[in-house]
Amino acid sequence: MYKVVVPGDFISTEVNRAGDGTYVEDGNVYALKYGVVDDRGTIKVVALSGKYMPVNGDVVIGKIVEISFPYWIVDIASPYEARLRKSEFGRGENIDFGNMCEYLDIDDLIVAKVMNVDVMMRIDLALKNEFKMDGVGRLIEVSPTKVPRIIGRSGSMIRLLKDKCNCFIFVAKNGRIWIKGSSADMDLASQTVMKIANEAHTSGLTDRVAHFLDSFKSEKG
Amino acid sequence: MKEGKMELIRDGKRLSGRGFEELSSIKIDVGVLKRSDGSCYFELGDNKALAAVYGPREMHPRHFQNAKRAVVKYRYNMAPFSVDDRKRPGPDRRSQEISKVSREALDPVILRELYPKTAIEVYVEVLQSDAGTRTAGINAASVALADAGIPMRDLVSSVAIGKIDGEVVLDMDAKLFQSIRTMDISNRRHCAHFNVIKYY
Repeated sequence: MYKVVVPGDFISTEVNRAGDGTYVEDGNVYALKYGVVDDRGTIKVVALSGKYMPVNGDVVIGKIVEISFPYWIVDIASPYEARLRKSEFGRGENIDFGNMCEYLDIDDLIVAKVMNVDVMMRIDLALKNEFKMDGVGRLIEVSPTKVPRIIGRSGSMIRLLKDKCNCFIFVAKNGRIWIKGSSADMDLASQTVMKIANEAHTSGLTDRVAHFLDSFKSEKG
Repeated sequence: MKEGKMELIRDGKRLSGRGFEELSSIKIDVGVLKRSDGSCYFELGDNKALAAVYGPREMHPRHFQNAKRAVVKYRYNMAPFSVDDRKRPGPDRRSQEISKVSREALDPVILRELYPKTAIEVYVEVLQSDAGTRTAGINAASVALADAGIPMRDLVSSVAIGKIDGEVVLDMDAKLFQSIRTMDISNRRHCAHFNVIKYY
């Protein structure tokens, strides 16, 4: 059973095990965020909401919002804008001020990796191999705090989703989810993702989602 | 002088029937606004306040950014229909000051240094007023901040305190206000020992 805490709630006296989302004061561990306590290993508070904070190595889905030579400015659903350098397209390409929009135009969606975050919160992105999303499929946005639940422990939930919905599903670290498949399949997949996001703080979720998908399938077939 | 004085305390209770330290009924709803990052509807007796939190998000205008920490913006606003006489809409000296003191009540609990260069925006709308709207506003804002997933050391609670016939009472009624001096305090338990706090 999950224990829900609000900021300032007492969690434990085991100061050495204090982890993310907690703080230590007077030899006690208190909650820093509104969320559920996870005390396997270190004592963590997994928040139920919040903005995406970029971390090196994260794979994110971004939207080009501005072209400012030699960068593309990318919105990654975070309080900070990210930059994508023109050299990401390789040295061979002759990209200049005028033709940047032929490579990536404003409103284009890309899959990118966070390469570097500096103290001034400047974020550099690198392109992934298949970075262009080309307007195929659907993009849904959930809180980035729900991403671990949508993936599940060692990928159990996402595997279930892909099997049962018959879709290509890509979950980015910033809470953006790209779904590709037939229209009906995408409907089911996005519905299920929203269900997971809404019930992220409850236990036994994978079983319930499996049941939900099965009942949906049997209703139709 | 003597005959003009009202009787304000009867059998150790206020005229409203509440004891000195008894609050009026409280109602809290969380997540009432879909498009905000965090929101709260708060009722304290006949005070009704609605708080919305947006952010942390990019600070505009840019020159108000702080390179080391997030900036908290707080806007307290009374709806024109929130009082018996119509309140002239828009910001005025009173609401500006209340916005400032309310922000200063919340500032110390928020871990602003985790979100440099951003703004955390808090909007508090008073829908109905019965003395103590700023305290209802602070309570609403504090819950809304927690709902937005913003890291905080504690929830801030706030209540109006006044004196009736020499007795200190909590959460006063508007009807008594004209004859009685009042003051507001906010819970600032954390201000005193800031530097000892560690967080992970």
